[in-house]
Order: sequence, then structure tokens, then C-alpha cells
Amino acid sequence: MSSYIKRPNRALQLYAVIFLIVLYVPVLFIPLFSFNDSIYVRFPLQGFTVKWYGELWTREPVWNALWNSVKVGLVVSVISTVLGVMAARSITRTRIRGKGALVTFIMMPLVIPGIIFGVALLVLLSRMGVPLSLYTVGLGHLIICLPFAVATLLPRFEGFDPSIEEASADLGENGWWTFWRVTFPMVMPGIVASLLLTFTISFDEFIMAFFLTGTDPTLPMYIWGQLRFPKEFPSVLAMAALILFVSFALVFVAQWVGRKGLEDQE
Amino acid sequence: MKGTSEMASADRFISIRKVSKSFGAFQAIDDVSMDIRQGEFFSLLGASGCGKTTLLRMLAGFESTSKGEIFIDDQPMSDVPPHHRPVNMVFQSYAIFPHLNVRDNIAYGLRKQKLSAARRAEMVEDMLDLIKLPGYGNRKANELSGGQRQRIALARALILRPKVLLLDEPLGALDKQLREQMQLELRALQRQVGITFVFVTHDQEEALTLSDRIAVMAGGKVLQVDTPAGLYETPKTRDVASFIGNMNFFRGTVRRNGSAMAAIEAEGLGTIPMSTAELTKPDGAPVQIGLRPEKFSLSPTRPDTGLAIEGALRTASYMGERSQYYLSIPGKDEPVAVSSPNTHRLIGAQDAPEGQTLWLSWSPEAIVILETD
Amino acid sequence: MAETSLPKRRSAGAPPRAPASPLLRLLRRSESARGYLMMSPTLLIMTFGIVVPFFILLVISLWTRQGFGFDTTLTLANYGRSWTEPIYGALMLRSFWISGVATVATVLLCYPMAYYVAFHVHRNKMMWIILMTLPFWTSYLLRVFAWKVILGYEGVINSGLMSAGLIDAPLGFLLYSPTAVIITLAHAWAAFAILPLYVSLEKIDKSLLEAATDLGDGPMARFFRVTLPLSMPGVIAASFLIFIPTTGDYITPALLGGPDGAMIGNLIQLQFGAVNNWPMGATLSIVLMLWIAALALVFLLVTRKVQGRIT
Repeated sequence: MSSYIKRPNRALQLYAVIFLIVLYVPVLFIPLFSFNDSIYVRFPLQGFTVKWYGELWTREPVWNALWNSVKVGLVVSVISTVLGVMAARSITRTRIRGKGALVTFIMMPLVIPGIIFGVALLVLLSRMGVPLSLYTVGLGHLIICLPFAVATLLPRFEGFDPSIEEASADLGENGWWTFWRVTFPMVMPGIVASLLLTFTISFDEFIMAFFLTGTDPTLPMYIWGQLRFPKEFPSVLAMAALILFVSFALVFVAQWVGRKGLEDQE
Repeated sequence: MKGTSEMASADRFISIRKVSKSFGAFQAIDDVSMDIRQGEFFSLLGASGCGKTTLLRMLAGFESTSKGEIFIDDQPMSDVPPHHRPVNMVFQSYAIFPHLNVRDNIAYGLRKQKLSAARRAEMVEDMLDLIKLPGYGNRKANELSGGQRQRIALARALILRPKVLLLDEPLGALDKQLREQMQLELRALQRQVGITFVFVTHDQEEALTLSDRIAVMAGGKVLQVDTPAGLYETPKTRDVASFIGNMNFFRGTVRRNGSAMAAIEAEGLGTIPMSTAELTKPDGAPVQIGLRPEKFSLSPTRPDTGLAIEGALRTASYMGERSQYYLSIPGKDEPVAVSSPNTHRLIGAQDAPEGQTLWLSWSPEAIVILETD
Repeated sequence: MAETSLPKRRSAGAPPRAPASPLLRLLRRSESARGYLMMSPTLLIMTFGIVVPFFILLVISLWTRQGFGFDTTLTLANYGRSWTEPIYGALMLRSFWISGVATVATVLLCYPMAYYVAFHVHRNKMMWIILMTLPFWTSYLLRVFAWKVILGYEGVINSGLMSAGLIDAPLGFLLYSPTAVIITLAHAWAAFAILPLYVSLEKIDKSLLEAATDLGDGPMARFFRVTLPLSMPGVIAASFLIFIPTTGDYITPALLGGPDGAMIGNLIQLQFGAVNNWPMGATLSIVLMLWIAALALVFLLVTRKVQGRIT
């Protein structure tokens, strides 16, 4: 089974396990202390409680911020995925000039510090006289989500034989029906992955939101505000634990569906 | 009146008129004109990159024409998108829809025909019978072998009864034995359904076996359109001659003596008398002639009849049903290839030592006069 | 008679449609026209979201603050100040230094991991990749917050060590220091390093490694002569993907850096917030971008040269 090159290496194995532990343990302290019956985040643990969660339940601003984040996330994920599908399709299925440059342009937000995007958009919007609101946050999120949507969808489109779409046209279906009968079912896992991923990115995004939020805060903005008050730490921990749990679940499903689909294609 | 036009269009069922296609600076199809008859098995033969697939995709509508026009059944095709063309295609990769089972793959194109479910199922079953895969309707695409996929791709196209079926190297992915079996089946199927087949291949043997007529392509141009025997026995150019089978080439000069006698003086072969009907060039004109390796006979002594020259054996390779020899002859630099059937268990020449002298003989009818380019 | 073996085609080929408007005709015949049309909404948003704002940013950086408004005469005064006043240069340098250290640390730490998954994991490769990249997709703010919890003066490490009796007083250097920022950045951006490294390692044809062994290389020589050079594109990509975004980070330094760990991002954010000097903030953003571009270019040229020498 394993060749000479791939024979097991104990040291590397050990390294990999330690790597994963270090990767996850810091994040796991958040849920751990969220059940700790003390307003101080320190050892030794004081006892188990769910009161911080109960307290969250009754807080009006938390619910408002949550709802704001969900609204922005849903709209951003749908728009960026739809645009991502169109862009990925035209990149992989048509001969257009300057394709490489266009892809680089779309991927640019991945390698430019978020703060620069944030301030640049802030300046533009304020010069245009557009008041800051959830819409401006959404616009900011759209710009950082689009590259991820395209990057998630591109391999799906690259992974399937273009002659499958041609076969559909050849058998009498026009572009619209070909999309719904062939393309859509085949890139479906990519679309699901893109929706979940972009929703999570938008839901968790803070840097753009920091510059572009108006009076309605998103959830990360609300948390940022609470971080100034040490006595709010436990409730922030509870909130953070919930958000992390939901994010992990969404992203795990997204990655699983997306990569599973890619493997099936091969 | 109508009758005559229909008669004419049967010969020009597909009519390709001065068609060119370029991708940027690359000229994929260069001023091609030809006609394909109704109901014939027509092959486009050529090495990869010769433009045969591009031409097929232009017939299907996946590539536009840069210049010229294609008519199918007298209809100009330029503005007809692929999904409105009366042609269907079997793709090189078969392009079986991976998310659908065999039945739904075959019935894919029937959506617009508003058939009852029962009628549709019946049509699919008929097709499964036709391609000898009855009972495969519920199989998923990834449960099929290469040969089965190929049949499904055929069925999926044929169920729509296209005017023309386009096949893009459909047998290329199959192993040798299966390929030969599928060749026979494909030929029989084409006879049975009577649909015009346009078949793309780079395999000359396949083209010769299957086709009524073949177009040999190179560099975006059609070199020659002819029947298999016509291409093999009377190739027009050196390119065609060397692409289909092997050919020995000789440079020569026309010798004429009045109008009655004509001959070619060819390097190494001496003077060969030709009929004046075949040889129309004037005295002293340079010609290029070809002789297939199997048109030579080998013998240890000078044969009594026919034209013969002496040659020295250079190499001999035993290839089963025949042996291939290379002999050097005086007056020609490259050795001459001779293919000789092994009608006896062992022919002495096969064991002949290098350098042994053998006699080559041939008949003047075997000579092909090629166009000088 | 053979004809009857096939079901008859009902509609004998739809008649070709008359070409509609010139635009539709162009779209039907020209593939690239269709391609650009489908790309256009994305390109439009990216243009509106990136190109236009950058242009405005550039313009504003040439203005100056005047009370609560702007003096719109174009001047390079802000650029002059960013060059002459030591605080800007110092913070810029510190940002590059912190990001650089974090980048090197991340790539070095992630390389063996990517190598392990690419060469030694045979089953459930996908599971490993997802596991390694999963944290990256979750809230950056919360991950930084987690490190604050861990490194804090009374945080997990200090309180843990103290209750274990290993130290008497909290270790002060853990929080509010460049070290804290570097640790957090390296941890937070690990996934960005792992993916490109993994992809470049996975792409290496295993028979090349066998060939190197066959020609007499031991594991070490093989790694440095074949594996590493062939995975250089991944190393370069990983370095870029971490270095560039982290230089502009301000959450991590704001939460964990303290005064000694502040970076240029914090200063930019201040200009747009408390200090309320937008032109200066715009100037600093642009200077940061220019520096990043210059450093990236130098980095690219150097690695290309080094690579050319190796191979």
C-alpha cells in the first residue's frame, strides 16, 4: 500500500497531532469558560452554570444585532453566489480575452488588507452622501465574499467536461434549459458550499463592518462594543461560543459538500 | 420541379461552401468546400490538429464560421444555434450526463416533443434494444463501461432521428478488440437506420473499414475526398499517399515520342511505359510517382515477365501475415519498402542475410502519378 | 423497412429562427460577448467597490484637514509628514517586522503539516484538510478574543501556571506585547498557509521523488533538491497571502498589542476615528499599499532568482 516515499513517519505524525491540538485548543477555551460560574476568566474553574446563556436570551440588543447579521448574511450570500456562478461560468466556458487579469482582479480582496478596503469604501460613501447602514455593510461584505464565491465555484465548473453542456444543446435544449437540467445539478454542491461559506464570512466579518456600520450594529460589532466592559466578559464568552459552534457547523457542511462533490466528479 | 431539386439535394445533403475558421492568428479551417450525400457514412480523416474536429463542431454549431456557409438539407446554418440544428452528436468523451440514469440520458432530448410517459418509455426501450442494452434503463452513468457509454451516447442522439449524426472519434477510448467489434456494429447500425453519419477519426484503418467516402484533411484543408479504395489506389498527392498506408516515392521525368508513346523515366526504376490517357504532361516535365510496398514482388532470380530491377536487402522484419523488407536500389538514395505476404510457412528471403541480392518486379498499372506540389 | 426500427421524429427539426435584434445576434454569435455579459455584474461591483474607492482615497490623501472639514487644494503635505514624522515610519516598520516574523513562523510551522497530509495521509485526506482550515472560516474577532482569554494577565496560561504552583506572579510579557500579536497572527492565519502549501506539495509527481532516491539522494538531500524547490510556488503564495493582509491588521494589535504592539492599522483607524483626520488616514493607507507592493515585488524577484539558482 505505502511505497518507499510514503512510508509512515512517526515524527511527522506526532507533529500533525500537536499541530491540530494547538490549532483548536485556544478556540475551545471560549466554550469552556462560558460555562464557568465566575465573571473572571481564569483558572481554577469555579463550577458549571448556564446562567450566561440565560442572560443573553433576555437581552434585546443581542437579538437585534443577531437579526441584523442574519439579514446581511443571507442577502450577501445569495447575491455573491449568483454572481459567482455567472462569473465562474463565463471564466470556464467562454473564450474571453484577458481572462487571467480578470480573475486576478476579482481575487484582489483576498490579498489587500481589509482596513484599506474599509476606509476606501467609507470615504467613497461619505463623499457620495450615502448614510452608513446595513446596506453599506452588505456592500462591503459583498466585495470580500465575491472572491470566495468565485474560488469555491471555479473548481466545480473546471471539474466537469464542457461537452456535457454541449451535449444538452446538441440534444435540443437552449441555454436556459441546459443550465437548469445539466449545469445547475452538476454544480449544486459548489453552490451550497458557496452559500454557506459566504454567509459565514459575512456573519463573522468585523473589519468592514467596523467602518461601514451605521446605527444598526451587526453581531461582531455588538461584541466589540461589549469587550470594553470586563464584567460583560462571561456573556460575550457565551455569545462567542454559540457563534463559533454555528460557524463551525456551517463551514464544515460547506467544505464537506463542496469537496465531496469535487471528489465524486473525479 | 420539386423532384429535381430533391434529387440534387440528396447529393449535396450537407454542403460546405468556402468555409474558413480562425482562432486568432491560427487558421483552423482554410477555405473548405465539399458535399456530403444523404445516407452515406462519411469520414473526416487526419492527424490531430488538422481541423477535422473543428469542422465537425461547426456542423454541430459549437463553432461559428469565420467565412463561408454550411447548408444542411438546403438550409443555411450560420444563424441556427446548436439546439435548433437537425443534427446530433456523439462526443469523444460521450458526455453522458452523470447525474441522470441511462433512461433519462436517452430521453433527454425528448422533453420538447410533449410525448406521453408511456410513449416515451416505449421509445427508450426500443433504443435500448437497438443498442443491445435491454434492461439497462436504471443504471447510473458511473456504472457503465466505456463501450456501454458509447452505445448510450449513440442511442441518446439517434432517438431524436437527426438528419445527420456527428461522431467525434467515438471509438478512440476503447481497447483494440472492443473497437473492432464496435466498428462492425456501427457500420451495421448506420445501414439499419439510414441516417447520414459524419465520423471524425485519426485512424486510417478505421476510416477505410467504415466509410462510404473519406475526406483526408491536413492543415485545415481538405486534401482529397474519395472512396476508401479510391484513396488507397489513386491518391492525388504525396501527403494523402503517405497518410493512408505506406508508399514508395520516386522522382521521374516524362518521356514522349509523338502522341502514341509515353513513358516515365524514374530514379532507380528505369523507364516505365505508361498509357497516354494517364500521362498528359509534356515531354521533359518532372513527375512524382508512387508505388505501394505490396505492389512489388520479390524473387531470388530475375522473373520472366514484367518490369524488374535488382536490389540489395537491407533489413527484413517478420510481421506475421506478411514481412516487410527494405532494399537499396541503384540510383535512389532512400531504400525501397517491399511488403510481401507470407503465403508459405517460411520464405527464404526472411532468413536472407543482409546485402543479398533480390529481384523486385512490378506492373506499370500499379504506378500512381502524384500531383507535384 | 429498416427505417421502422426507430421511432419517428415528431417535430421534423424546428425551423431556424429569424435573427432578432443586432444585440441578440451578437450575443448568439460571439462567445466572448456572452462571457463579458455574464461577468459584468461582478466586475461592476468590484469596480465600484475597489477601483472607484481607491481613486477617491488617492484624491483625499492630497487634501488636508481644516477644522471639521477639508481643504481641497491638492498638496503632498500629508505624504511629507508621513515621511518626516518618526511615529509613522516607526509604526510602518514595526508592522512589517511583526507581519514578517508571523509570516515566516506560520509558513515554517505549516510546511511539515502540509507535507504530512500531502505525502503520508492516504485515507480521509479531505477530512484532514477541512480540519486544518475550519477555524479560519470562523470569526476572526472571536479567535483573537480567545487569545486574549489565554494570554491575559489573569488569563488561562498565567492562572493555570500559578494554580499549578509553577510561577508566583503573572508573566507580564504574554499580553500587550509584539509577541502576543505574533503568536495570534500566526495561529489565525495558519489555514492561509496550509492550503497553498498543500496544493503545491500534492501536485509533485511522486515518481520524481522516487527518481531522486534512485539516483542516490537520501531523504534530506531529496527534500532540499527536489521537494522544496518544487513546492516553492506554494511557499511564495502562502507568504503573500499572510504577509499582505496581516500588515494592515488592527484587531489583533488593538486587543493584544498594547502600546508596544500597535501597528500601522491602528494608526489608520485612529485617523478615521478619534483623531478625525481623514486625509492623513488616506495617505497612510496609500503609503502602506505602496510599501506592500514594493516589498512583494522585491520578494518575488529574490525568490525567483534563488529558485533559478537551485533548479
